[in-house]
Amino acid sequence: MSEHEVTLTINGESVTRPVEARTLLVHFIREDLSLTGTHIGCDTTSCGACTVLVCGKPVKSCTMFAVQANGAEIETIENLAAAGTLHPLQEGFWEKHGLQCGYCTPGMIMSAKGFLADNPDPTEDEIRHGISGNLCRCTGYNKIVEAIQYAAEKLQAADAGGE
Amino acid sequence: MIPAAFDYHSPQSLDEALSLLQRHAGDAKILAGGQSLIPAMRFRLAMPSILIDINQLNDLRYIEERADYLAIGAMTLEHSLEDSPVVRSSYPLLRDTAVVIADPLVRNMATVGGNIAHADPANDHPATMLAYRATVVAKGPKGERTIAIDDFFTGLFENAMAEDEILTEIRIPKPSANSGGAYTKLERKVGDYAISAAAVQLRLDGSKVAEARIGLTNVSAVPMRAKAAEAELVGKSISDAVMEATGKAAAGECDPSPDLRGGVDYKRDITRVMVKRSIQQAVARAKGGK
Amino acid sequence: MPQLDDRKEHHSELAEGVSARVPTTDEVQIKTPEKICGMGHRKKRKEDPRFIQGKGNYVDDVKLPGMLYMDIVRSPYAHAKINSIDASAALEMDGVLAVITGEDLKAAGDLHWMPTLMSDTQMVLPIDKVVYYAQEVCAVIATSRYIAADAIEQVFVDYEPLDAVVDPFEAMKDKVIVRDDKEEKTNHIWHWEAGDKAATDSVFNDAATIVKEKMYIPRIHVSSIETCGMVANYNKVREHMQIYMTSQAPHAHRTVFALVSGIPEHKIQIISPDIGGGFGGKVPVYPGYVICAVASLVTGKPVKWIEDRSENLQADSFARDYHIEAEMAADKDGKISGLRVKTLSDCGAADAAANPSKFPAGLYSICTGSYDMKAAHVEVDGVYTTKPPGGVAYRCSFRVTEAVHMIERMTDIMAHELGEDPADYRLRNFIRPDQFPYTSPTGWEYDSGNYEGALNKAMDMLDYRALREEQKEKRAKGELMGIGISSFTEVVGAGPSKDYDILGIKMFDSAEIRIHPTGKAMARFGTKSQGQGHETTYAQIIAEQLGLPADDIEVEEGDTDTAPYGLGTYASRSTPTAGAAAVMAARKIKAKAKKIAAHLLEVGDDDLEWNVDRFQVKGSPDQAKTIQEIAFAAYTNHPQGMEAGLEAVDYYDPPNLTFPFGSYICVVDIDKGTGEVKIRRFVAVDDCGHIINPMIVEGQIEGGLTMGLAPAMFEEIVYDEHGQNLTGTFADYLVPTAVESPKWELGKTITPSPHHPIGAKGVGESPTVGAPPAIANAVVDALWHLGVRHIDIPITPPKVWKLLRDAGVTD
Ligand SMILES: Cc1cc2nc3c(=O)[nH]c(=O)nc-3n(C[C@H](O)[C@H](O)[C@H](O)COP(=O)(O)OP(=O)(O)OC[C@H]3O[C@@H](n4cnc5c(N)ncnc54)[C@H](O)[C@@H]3O)c2cc1C
Ligand code: FES
Ligand code: FES
Repeated sequence: MSEHEVTLTINGESVTRPVEARTLLVHFIREDLSLTGTHIGCDTTSCGACTVLVCGKPVKSCTMFAVQANGAEIETIENLAAAGTLHPLQEGFWEKHGLQCGYCTPGMIMSAKGFLADNPDPTEDEIRHGISGNLCRCTGYNKIVEAIQYAAEKLQAADAGGE
Repeated sequence: MIPAAFDYHSPQSLDEALSLLQRHAGDAKILAGGQSLIPAMRFRLAMPSILIDINQLNDLRYIEERADYLAIGAMTLEHSLEDSPVVRSSYPLLRDTAVVIADPLVRNMATVGGNIAHADPANDHPATMLAYRATVVAKGPKGERTIAIDDFFTGLFENAMAEDEILTEIRIPKPSANSGGAYTKLERKVGDYAISAAAVQLRLDGSKVAEARIGLTNVSAVPMRAKAAEAELVGKSISDAVMEATGKAAAGECDPSPDLRGGVDYKRDITRVMVKRSIQQAVARAKGGK
Repeated sequence: MPQLDDRKEHHSELAEGVSARVPTTDEVQIKTPEKICGMGHRKKRKEDPRFIQGKGNYVDDVKLPGMLYMDIVRSPYAHAKINSIDASAALEMDGVLAVITGEDLKAAGDLHWMPTLMSDTQMVLPIDKVVYYAQEVCAVIATSRYIAADAIEQVFVDYEPLDAVVDPFEAMKDKVIVRDDKEEKTNHIWHWEAGDKAATDSVFNDAATIVKEKMYIPRIHVSSIETCGMVANYNKVREHMQIYMTSQAPHAHRTVFALVSGIPEHKIQIISPDIGGGFGGKVPVYPGYVICAVASLVTGKPVKWIEDRSENLQADSFARDYHIEAEMAADKDGKISGLRVKTLSDCGAADAAANPSKFPAGLYSICTGSYDMKAAHVEVDGVYTTKPPGGVAYRCSFRVTEAVHMIERMTDIMAHELGEDPADYRLRNFIRPDQFPYTSPTGWEYDSGNYEGALNKAMDMLDYRALREEQKEKRAKGELMGIGISSFTEVVGAGPSKDYDILGIKMFDSAEIRIHPTGKAMARFGTKSQGQGHETTYAQIIAEQLGLPADDIEVEEGDTDTAPYGLGTYASRSTPTAGAAAVMAARKIKAKAKKIAAHLLEVGDDDLEWNVDRFQVKGSPDQAKTIQEIAFAAYTNHPQGMEAGLEAVDYYDPPNLTFPFGSYICVVDIDKGTGEVKIRRFVAVDDCGHIINPMIVEGQIEGGLTMGLAPAMFEEIVYDEHGQNLTGTFADYLVPTAVESPKWELGKTITPSPHHPIGAKGVGESPTVGAPPAIANAVVDALWHLGVRHIDIPITPPKVWKLLRDAGVTD
């Protein structure tokens, strides 16, 4: 039943908190840090509603202990428009109707963010496989794929534009 | 679904991890990617009282080609296998396997060592490592030893390591010329554990199969090699009839259980098909195909 | 009666009277400019900014000071006597405040039983026995989620297992009685019939061809990605219960809570915040909700209960579970002449469906579908088994999916049997456009339709004839390719108060619009969006009517303290009912606005005409008052004798249901080695009448198609012979990902509803209803020449493989 002090960077801000060893990262984010944009949809690491970036990589925060994130950099959905403008993925999801109930959306967007960092110019099939760890019950995925394509184009254009 | 309480340790070196493991032998579990262990803990199917998290052991994350083998550090992420140029160019069977394990998010956490150490017949790496004739390196208080993969899997979720040993490396012999391998997996949906899957690694000598090893996934209680099938293949010229006979032999020697993935007859027959398809692809690769 | 007048005024644009034929078009009508964004605009959703930034507010996001957590002990048996419950160890744990058992609820005023929405009863917590696996047995209240989870492990229940009865046909034999609390010791719950038996028998006597088939529509689960949950917050001083819950029908739930708990209804506030998908799963009242509310009452503190996925999959309402035996008759010309159907409905341990009271089998008698036939007769029997209760929804609550699957399969079987092309066969059996309004043999009055228009369009979209040629060539080579069609008729928008009620509450719905002095508006509804985009579509409906920019209209739902009473959102009823109420309320406002405009312009009412966003003097459009000017005047300069303000409420009682329809075509290729079915193309032509926001409608259809694909190929709740759920997690209950879900290709026709004030019909469920038979028909089409007539869904590789092996064609 060990308790630990965890220091990590969340959305650019350093925080230190005591946690019980068994605290799941997703509960730490949602309850200890009150960042409720990250959701929970299953018990079996199947749905991806809890996806966050840990040191830039999208992972399922329900299948990691908060203590394991000691020293890590974590990014959640709340950070994407922190500067005041929507991230191209957020724009894409809005523009292309990539969400309905919105419950899977933060996980989808974070997953797509990690995916596009690895594969900036994906085919449709690669996008579908890229988000295969994230379930959406509402949209039928067509429009999520379009939203990610929209963001990919926009991010690439920005890359090409800015030296 | 909340795990039971435990004590947590995060050793900074392998030696520290080993001494912790020795001190708590029996009560402690190694936490690698956690993608098998944490779900089991959430359902309280696993309730270790001590967790030794080896994620700080970055020394165990590498993919290196050495003189005659490929060395993969136990903590290497599945995702790194997908990305690795050497895996892509020279170990197509391994790459085939890595990309069909779970989903991209799980692959960002899950480790190759964990996949093998877990000794789950439903996991994909065991069959692949069996086909590759890999060697497992384990380190314990008495030092390091190597275990041939054929001796590694001893039971359902059981392996040949002692309780105080840590799996540190997997070694895959460098494939010789005219070799090829492939992994074919049938799943109910993407990212699922296999209904059945076959790993084939073979070497051609002209039109004949000089060597072949076949590993099967999720059709036995313990990860298995299809030795009868191998016997059907080795020494023969590749033909539809030979592949069919090989597939049939694998179907005969595997020992699947009926479950939601299908009945015994189905799983056997699909094993036949998976083996055939893997051979076809492996042969194409041995001949210089993609 | 201003409503009726309004309705007539509107219909005159379309056709004469309520029941005339309406023409079909392809183009979405847009009558307002972009800045107003009325109907037909692809307006980006107003609700999205919060969701894409992680600022949605779902039940589990609600955190109240001093909040406690509840976790539930569940039965490991499907049927067992409870000898005792020992919670002493749990109660001794630090942080555990209470353990609530059935006895406690009984003592609190017989709260251990509750009514279901079907007027049956269901246990909240058991006293003496459990009747399904994972049934709630008792609940632990603790200071944290983690402690509650530890504590449920420390409650020891002594069970005495009884025989389970999992198969409904076995249950009908009454060897094991599930509900021995009932006076009649039988598992048979009800028998229900529709249609004319004698006429049907006579049609079958005269038939030239009869085809028969048995089919099972398996038990499935909605599995919205958000599970169910509640935060109950009882204030002892105010004697007031505030409840946040995952509710698709907050008003109905408030009434049920008031009736069950005895707390006066005005002292209960139900807030349904953002809902992470509903699809019918958040219509029922689950035991967990009641226990959670009781826990707050008992402790005087806020209590949160959030289901795990496993609890959600194992104990919440399921859908379908219909065992069907169908016969179809055709005359000597091969025309469909009659349909005879017997069905056994496995209701689980309680009939907890959310059907209108008079319809224990929902709207299943819509099962003659899109085809004109002489007679039909349908019988359904409901039966108890030791499985979780329900018969609720999966994006279609009223058994239309089962009906459509059956009729579309039977029509395909008949076509194949007669050696006719399934498309041509449908075209010659459809109810023709000139037959609307059409009265079906089971008594439905279909409002409007153009079935051949939709099918022809779908056939054009994928060049049907060329595919049939390709199929011929492939078959000659031994390859398996199939083309499947489903030309479904849906029935939604329940419903007219003379026939439709839930627990006696009539199935109207409501809207309230208030226009503020500066011309901005607030609109509230009795429905509750779970992703359908009500904040946007309702605003567009009102924008269309009143000329206020949709962005100036704030839409609010889900808080019973502020919203007008309504029956909620399910069964694709929001647009047909609350959408219509919005139109009616807007028209009431418009009538008043006209008087104010006349006063401002110093002309008579009759001198004015409406133009998009203003009343103008006929013949001199410069003389006009915009809706914003009128709104300001309504508070600052309204005519003497008129009430100030500009607002209206409407409770809309629809005159009929609406009947959306469509034609779907699916093309599949089958892997002869593995039995895998690959969907190569899927074209969906939908007709849901007038379209409010095409983008949202497309989203509804695509989402519905994936939810149709799911039971067709992947999802099924499976029990073993002891009644244990084998598919209790997402590892085994296979919700499709973006990889399984094909790229849907959509098309549309528009045949307005003649009786709906804006000609809309509702769309959310059509694709879930229409898709499964298209897929099943495609697979059977690929295999018919091998002697295959039918495959039950889900069509999984092992099932197909077995058929291939029996036919000797496996690779
Ligand atoms: C949704 C989902 C789908 C999946 N699908 C697949 C799939 O299709 N195919 C597949 O192969 N796998 C699949 N997995 C399993 C995944 O690959 C696991 O991550 C893997 O089996 C274990 O690796 P890990 O690093 O996560 O190990 P952990 O979960 O951390 O550990 C697993 C076990 O191995 C032990 N262990 C780990 N590392 C060591 C070591 N170095 N030395 C000694 N003991 C060690 C642990 O103590 C534990 O008992 C899936 C997992 C999930 C959640
Ligand atoms: S909550 Fe479902 S994967 Fe994390
Ligand atoms: S938008 Fe509802 S789950 Fe994806």
